[in-house]
Amino acid sequence: MTDSILHMRGITKTFPGVRALQEVNLSVRRGEIHAICGENGAGKSTLMKVLSGVYPHGSYEGEIEFDGELCRFGGIKDSEDAGIVIIHQELALCPQLSIAENIFLGNEQAERGLIDWNRTNHQAALLIRRVGLAESPVTQIADIGVGKQQLVEIAKALSKKVKLLILDEPTAALNDQDSAHLLDLLRGLRDEGITCVIISHKLNEIIDISDSITILRDGRTIETLEMAGGQVTEDRIISGMVGRDLDNRFPPHEPRIGEEVLRIEDWTVHSPSQPERRVVSGANLTLRRGEIVGLAGLMGAGRTELAMSVFGRTYGVGISGRIYKDGRQVEIRNVQDAIRLGIAYATEDRKRYGLNLIEDIKRNISAVGLGTRLSRRGWVNENEEYRVAEGFRRSMNIKAPGVQSIVGKLSGGNQQKVVLSKWIYADPDVLILDEPTRGIDVGAKYEIYTIINQLADEGKAVLVISSELPELLGLCDRIYTLSQGRVTGELPRGEATQERLMYHMTSGQE
Amino acid sequence: MSSSTTPANVEVGPAGTPGEQRPPGRLNLGSLSVNIRQSGIYIAFALIVLLFSVLTDGALLQPQNISNIIVQNSYILILAIGMILIIIAGHIDLSVGSVVAVTGAVAAVLMVNYGVPWPVALLLTMVVGGLIGAWQGFWIAYFGIPSFIVTLAGMLLFRALTLTVLGNQGIGPFPDAVRTLSNGFTDGYLGNVGLGPLGGADLFSLLVGLIAIAGMAAAQWRTRAARAGYGQSVDPLPMFALKLAASAVLIMAVVVQLARFRNLPWVLVLLAALVLGYSLLANRSVFGRRIYAVGGNLQAAVLSGVKVKSVVFWIFVNMGVLASLAGIIFAGRLNQAGPTAGNSFELDAIAAAFIGGAAVQGGVGKVVGAITGGLIMGVINNGMSLIGSPSERVMLVKGAVLLAAVAFDVWTKRRAGAAAR
Repeated sequence: MTDSILHMRGITKTFPGVRALQEVNLSVRRGEIHAICGENGAGKSTLMKVLSGVYPHGSYEGEIEFDGELCRFGGIKDSEDAGIVIIHQELALCPQLSIAENIFLGNEQAERGLIDWNRTNHQAALLIRRVGLAESPVTQIADIGVGKQQLVEIAKALSKKVKLLILDEPTAALNDQDSAHLLDLLRGLRDEGITCVIISHKLNEIIDISDSITILRDGRTIETLEMAGGQVTEDRIISGMVGRDLDNRFPPHEPRIGEEVLRIEDWTVHSPSQPERRVVSGANLTLRRGEIVGLAGLMGAGRTELAMSVFGRTYGVGISGRIYKDGRQVEIRNVQDAIRLGIAYATEDRKRYGLNLIEDIKRNISAVGLGTRLSRRGWVNENEEYRVAEGFRRSMNIKAPGVQSIVGKLSGGNQQKVVLSKWIYADPDVLILDEPTRGIDVGAKYEIYTIINQLADEGKAVLVISSELPELLGLCDRIYTLSQGRVTGELPRGEATQERLMYHMTSGQE
Repeated sequence: MSSSTTPANVEVGPAGTPGEQRPPGRLNLGSLSVNIRQSGIYIAFALIVLLFSVLTDGALLQPQNISNIIVQNSYILILAIGMILIIIAGHIDLSVGSVVAVTGAVAAVLMVNYGVPWPVALLLTMVVGGLIGAWQGFWIAYFGIPSFIVTLAGMLLFRALTLTVLGNQGIGPFPDAVRTLSNGFTDGYLGNVGLGPLGGADLFSLLVGLIAIAGMAAAQWRTRAARAGYGQSVDPLPMFALKLAASAVLIMAVVVQLARFRNLPWVLVLLAALVLGYSLLANRSVFGRRIYAVGGNLQAAVLSGVKVKSVVFWIFVNMGVLASLAGIIFAGRLNQAGPTAGNSFELDAIAAAFIGGAAVQGGVGKVVGAITGGLIMGVINNGMSLIGSPSERVMLVKGAVLLAAVAFDVWTKRRAGAAAR
């Protein structure tokens, strides 16, 4: 603890009715990579917003000492002037502008009010090279992938003479290759003397990259772990995060597998933006009653695309192949067909595609079953709707004052339970759950797993798409792997290991 | 109601958990503060009525003037009903003023030039309105052009069509039946009855008012009983009775004033039916729910199996039919279809919807809210003309009210958002 760049002492931040942070302390050494861990709602993001001036001085208690000076940031501008830059999970880039324009957005390289484009593009080129990005500065942001966009964000931070770089879930949307590149870059920046604070749910990455870890729980600092000794394991971090030893992250389940309910044969899907490109090619899948099947694959392998193209052709063009439901070949032209055939799809992005955030729990749960189960001659039975929603609120343990609560105000885990309730009420035979536990804290994950097991016990087939291999291994009876749109492996529970899955997930990749 | 320990009984809001032991005064205060946030528009309406009653020395609430406000604004209110559904779905319709003009012209040509019997002509005109709506709905829903553009084009197209149909001159006069619908009143079927100091009033109108109140009370009581039976939270009995009594008094006050003048305007009967029907459609029908779903989150609606295109198509068809109804009533009121009919009606209808609490992003709004919004503008128009304000000042005030209403909406939403974070 010789040379600290940042001390946050006794930070307390309250919102009406909620104490988000309570006496939180954080010390970061100069030139280290410091990770902050905690469940969702532990206060990580709030703490970073306090640090970066999103919550201005005076709206919280406690003090911030940065680079030897006591800081009173009135806004983001102040913290950036001091050398603190935060990169949010949702990237703040303008897709229609060039890389160079984005890097210097708000910091335009201008002479007497006129932008000096030569200097802009030249300096952008230098920054782009520094973050290891092989693109021209005039390339549009919309034309490069998320991984490269992340690098542009870092280049933008470097342009501001950053001393402390805060990254909120930087690899959440990246594939392993891009993640590895990003982590390498962070190590490089550390060697140049730039301090990093990183928030991530991916514990293996944190162990890999960080020099020390501060764990938050329920708005308090729990502990700071030093990584130097190599003693800290994932389980050690998790036990700090949840406050208990997690022997069982998955509820026990004894599968009772019945006959085949859905078979997909020779399924090929083309990209709507590049119609000649195959996103899924010749995929074969079988789902049986009472079975939980996993679908593993790296980012861009075509998992969501496969699921959505089956679910009423909601993704893709030039779709070909055959689908058999209960042994009979069926045609699924739209979502209505899929629902009629008993197929449900719960999206990976529940806020954008899964929920009407401005409506209440009741109307979200009834959204699918409304026309068939809750109405007569086009008129809704509102009392029955209430009863159904209230039943789900209790059985799914949705934490809300009542079913009239607005869904947008619920936590991620409770929102996911609303999505699941909606589809369970539609009473499907097949549920496709795309990243069902993304952005959900550990406790709620366990509840979701229990629900999935119950669905299987009721004789439904469940297809779980997940980026977290331990989740698939802990939950599924059988796992398919997808690589570049092809099914490259099918492993029963007993044979599946992380290494084997990863081998199949990367097979066929150059 | 008796056991408020279940979490379902907790209302969201600063009122907190209603405890069994809480004195009744506090409880009422608590639910009242929640209500103010939700029903700011109705309070604003009451205040505006109060303000102009004072400014006009009570002339605003005179029998003849109340009748005037209703008749003069009826076509805007009809348009506002269609518009609120479109705005809830996240769209907009700029063409309604031109559609009012062209359908009025069609009705005039049919009835006046070709002598088509008025019921047939009325029906045909509404079919034309529906077809116009279908035309726009097709481009918006199935071709994917933003409604702003399609209806901006429609605004020009249908104005041009109006001028073509009319040959740049007014057509009239209309048959008596149409004029009665627009401008007329129910007959005094049962004669007059003395109301003491208020003088004579039409018995039939009063009976209709009483029947309406009885119907409303019965329906609300049944709803309340059913909800309570399902274990849902309901207003405590005194609060329920108070609300019911307040709306009964309000309805009866208007009816009494109308009965003292010239009985019930037919357009009021029509409007009441439309408001009732469309409120039910919006709240209780599957189709109505779909409109909110589409406006609340389009992608989520698609992935929940909502036939989004069909929903959007039909709300524009509906708008066309309602615009044709407004077109007939407007033409009937002037007793001629003119080339400038319906000018800027779209703006009044849109303003009514937004003053009435619709959200700019869609997904939020109520039929009754839009009607109230339309009435607020109607009362401002009427009240200011009674005190002799020049038209530019009326416009100024209406613009300010629209801005203030939406600003208030944005502000409360931001505060609610900050509290929730």
